[in-house]
Amino acid sequence: MRPFTYERAVDALGAVRSAAATPGARFIAGGTNLLDLMKLEIEQPQHLIDVGRLDLAGIAPMPDGGLRIGASTSNSTVAADPQVLARYPVLSQAIVAGGSPQLRNKATVGGNLLQRTRCAYFYDTTKPCNKRAPGSGCSALEGLNRNAAIFGASTACIATHTSDMAVALAALGAQVETLAASGESRTTPVIDLYRLPGDTPQIETSLAAGDLITAVVLPPPPAGGQIYRKARDRASYAGGLASVAVAGGQVALGMVALKPWRAHATEAALAAGASPTEAIARELEGASPLGRNDFKLPLVARLSAAAIQEANGRGA
Amino acid sequence: MTSVHDWTPNNPVKENRSGLIGKPVDRYEGPLKVTGTAPYAYEVQPPSPPAYGVMVGAAIATGRISGVDIAEAQATPGVLVVWTHLNAPFQAPKGTKAHPRSSAGSRPALENDRVLFFGQPVALVVGETLEAATAGAHRVKLTYAEDAPDVDFPGSLDRAISPVGEEDMEVGDFPRGFAASPVQIDATWSTPIQNHCQMEPCASTVWFEGEKCVAHTSIQMVKPAQHGLAETLGIPRDDVHLLTRYIGGGFGGKGQTYDDLILAALAARALGRPVKVAYTRQQMMHGTIHRPATVMQVQLGAEKDGRLNAFSMMTWTHCHREGNFTEHASNFGRALYAAPNRLTGHRLVKLDLPGAGPMRAPGEASGTLALECAMDELAEKLGIDPVELRTLNEPPTDPENGRPFSMRQLVRCLREGAQQFGWDRRLPTPGLVRDGRWLVGMGMAAAIRGNFLLPAKCSFSVDADGVITVRQGMTDIGTGTYTVLAQIAAETMGVPLGQVKVEIGDSELPPAPGSGGQFGAATAGSAALAAGQNLRTAIAELATGDEASPLFGGRPADVTFQDGVVAIANRSETLASLIRRAAPEGLTVEGEIKPAQDAREWSQQTYGGHYCEVGVDPVTGEVRVRRMLGVFAAGRILNAKTARSQLTGGMIWGIGSALTEGNPVDVRYGSLLNQDLAQYLAPVQADIGDLEAIMLDEVDDKANPMGIKGVGELGNSGAGAAVANAIYNACGVRVRDYPITPDKLLAGMIARGM
Ligand SMILES: Cc1cc2nc3c(=O)[nH]c(=O)nc-3n(C[C@H](O)[C@H](O)[C@H](O)COP(=O)(O)OP(=O)(O)OC[C@H]3O[C@@H](n4cnc5c(N)ncnc54)[C@H](O)[C@@H]3O)c2cc1C
Ligand code: SF4
Repeated sequence: MRPFTYERAVDALGAVRSAAATPGARFIAGGTNLLDLMKLEIEQPQHLIDVGRLDLAGIAPMPDGGLRIGASTSNSTVAADPQVLARYPVLSQAIVAGGSPQLRNKATVGGNLLQRTRCAYFYDTTKPCNKRAPGSGCSALEGLNRNAAIFGASTACIATHTSDMAVALAALGAQVETLAASGESRTTPVIDLYRLPGDTPQIETSLAAGDLITAVVLPPPPAGGQIYRKARDRASYAGGLASVAVAGGQVALGMVALKPWRAHATEAALAAGASPTEAIARELEGASPLGRNDFKLPLVARLSAAAIQEANGRGA
Repeated sequence: MTSVHDWTPNNPVKENRSGLIGKPVDRYEGPLKVTGTAPYAYEVQPPSPPAYGVMVGAAIATGRISGVDIAEAQATPGVLVVWTHLNAPFQAPKGTKAHPRSSAGSRPALENDRVLFFGQPVALVVGETLEAATAGAHRVKLTYAEDAPDVDFPGSLDRAISPVGEEDMEVGDFPRGFAASPVQIDATWSTPIQNHCQMEPCASTVWFEGEKCVAHTSIQMVKPAQHGLAETLGIPRDDVHLLTRYIGGGFGGKGQTYDDLILAALAARALGRPVKVAYTRQQMMHGTIHRPATVMQVQLGAEKDGRLNAFSMMTWTHCHREGNFTEHASNFGRALYAAPNRLTGHRLVKLDLPGAGPMRAPGEASGTLALECAMDELAEKLGIDPVELRTLNEPPTDPENGRPFSMRQLVRCLREGAQQFGWDRRLPTPGLVRDGRWLVGMGMAAAIRGNFLLPAKCSFSVDADGVITVRQGMTDIGTGTYTVLAQIAAETMGVPLGQVKVEIGDSELPPAPGSGGQFGAATAGSAALAAGQNLRTAIAELATGDEASPLFGGRPADVTFQDGVVAIANRSETLASLIRRAAPEGLTVEGEIKPAQDAREWSQQTYGGHYCEVGVDPVTGEVRVRRMLGVFAAGRILNAKTARSQLTGGMIWGIGSALTEGNPVDVRYGSLLNQDLAQYLAPVQADIGDLEAIMLDEVDDKANPMGIKGVGELGNSGAGAAVANAIYNACGVRVRDYPITPDKLLAGMIARGM
């Protein structure tokens, strides 16, 4: 770990201004991802701005019937919130499917959204990785890439985004609210927060350096049942092999791309009356598996069809 | 010369007058562990402020270090010392034994420019703080002349040869017997590399007191560590005081010294202050040993009535190029089932992977994943219940050498397990039982693991307060050694448990071989019993010879020990008052155990039966263990609680082997993929359903004077096979390439049209 300086931000504007003014500054919230990466020197911030104790926690209803969740609300708090449980159960289920209780107690909404990939080669600093060391190559491409993306990958990077929460937020059509150093506040749909790897897998989001996530805003829940299902190698404390979030007619897939994957083709097919199996098959027509991760096709197909079916049952 | 017949006479453990033997008493060191006051080696407080050493691992698998640049590391604030092979202090050349009777030779660290495996420690940075040393370690710049690593185990099976000095075991004529069998199974299983993943990584805290090196480390065996360190440093063995008081798991992975101990000692000597060195979690995966991968071919030939005619099991495995370890996965099969025609053996290939070595139930853990599934497949082919098939092939004597079994209750374990588990509710045809979305199935497997006794010594002291202190150079790797030694001492000396102290994990105490091969309790405990009996004799002689004692003039043999009181009939006094008066300095005696010369006239094993019920998600191929029961026969049980923990722990390991654990090799780099506990998937709480272990009443009088046997590894043997067989029963898919992950199971289900 490199030596770094630390400051506890007093308010959101102070945090973004400090970030803009200090070279090598990074926000830290729960620290559950950032600190691990710092210990391995994959992340090397010179200055940490602690936003975990800012007044960005709290869950409040919106005038339009939606819900605003402050960025430093803990994952556990969101998952257990009565409003979330009652109206956005898919979000609660997704959060509970991630990590372990200890991690969820510490992890925040903002940090969860910006967690970095769990690609094993990204973590092994002796190996080439374009995301960690741009231009060095992608070890996963010809390597042990069983958990690689099937959508939107490039030869530069085939990793997946591993947030469960983000998959549910994508299905719900949530927006991310950010604050820039200029004091300007912006909202971005969750699915536009993330960038596909292209030639620059090191650039992961559409945020400008120093932008602070202040909240996630949920629109009123879509009509219909909700469900989150995740397939994984062990029953808890494991990233997914694939996941699916269903909220009425809205479907997002997880661990299939470097971003939560909104299944537009599936949604269109469902709207046109296709069966769940047919509808997910439409989406998978666009998939490009690599060999070791071929199983994700049938897995996603079966998991999604079962989840859509079950959500339909719940919605009725 | 010791004979098993010497163990026939009664003794305090067998008599068990106060009933302490077998009782589920709490852990002796439990309160310390849960209050954070049982320090692991790294946490030991040295007499003066320590420096911290951090190791750098090689970034290649094989080749030479061609360039070293430590300038930036040395310039890192707080860094005290940076060593590579170019400037490391002198160490005796590898293997040196200046003292011919040393139990281990020199094992220098940073020896030369050769890299023998990925992650091999190639530099040490010592700093004022752990952070400074870590920062410095990241600044060490090494360049390599890399050779192409030879690490592809599946691709090198045809190069594998019989391990040096080993021959295949042949009985009868296997090829003919197999060819003539009307029902045959011939299938191949594979298991991956596994890591021990002990809770506590390997670590050492070392300082010097004058010439004396005081070394706290985390290790299963005390003497080889002490001797090896002394030989490496080139100092007399008595100048190393090695301590390993509390250990956060060993599982075979801490049976040897690693570079943390050597480097901490070298740095402590060079800096003249205490030094701590630990492996990081990532470094544990490559820097210490692992269970090697195997490929196992099992061939079974049976008559239509189920009797085995022919049995063969061949194992291919690997070890490090300079190592000499064989995963003897076929061995246990030699004692398990009757069959007149038999062939078993091993093929070994040496690779540039990190060192292969023993890991909990070496041999059985992997081997049962093949043979016990082959038996399940045979049972199905024959249309015979799997329990019955095993019962049918129960041998009257050891099937390989005809020796009688010292004690064999395998069939009882299987029958008892079947009954308690509700095995009769299992439908032999797979895929018929559903519970909600889950397909439900049951499977079973037999368990077997050898039992061993090694030479050991122990001392017992009694002080003027009547407190008994057990001292032994034994280790407790979390198994319960402290606790069972306390029980043996209390029972033998007739004192309450609270009146016993146990001191172990110290090279200056009477030597014991340590923990491994599930020989610990039997070996250490038998020496303790001997010491206790000697102390009883000494105390009895003291009392009957002391004019002031009410026991004066009695026969020493008539003295009884109970509730802290020594007595002959109704003449008595407390142990404390006797010692205070007659031997105020206290008494200390030693005892020892030696293996019996004739022990090998019996075939001696521990046995069990596993029963498992799983749910398989037909959509995803995910498996969840719903409930599991193991019934075991392993001699007299010293402590029902710690023994049960060992057995259920072993069963959990089996679940991990079946479902989640494995570390794939990236053949391009010679490294393992999973380098932390988020990626290496040992089971978590949510993976384990209802778990129970039952221990049958048993006393094996050929095992040792107490009639106890080992339980530390038995639970692991066969457990994974029971899970795999349950998966087949649930969904009709057999995956022979472990672990049985959702992708593999899904492929099988799709192939079956599910
Ligand atoms: C072993 C393990 C297993 C895991 N398994 C799962 C899993 O199965 N599913 C899953 O979804 N997740 C999993 N996680 C990831 C976990 O959810 C994240 O680590 C956690 O959500 C991150 O939140 P945090 O508050 O601790 O973020 P931090 O570690 O503090 O920060 C993470 C990143 O977000 C940035 N950041 C934090 N807050 C803000 C903000 N308000 N605005 C802008 N940037 C910000 C930081 O600069 C940093 O780059 C796992 C993590 C671990 C360690
Ligand atoms: S997939 Fe992406 S994260 Fe993984 S090694 Fe390749 S570039 Fe790095």
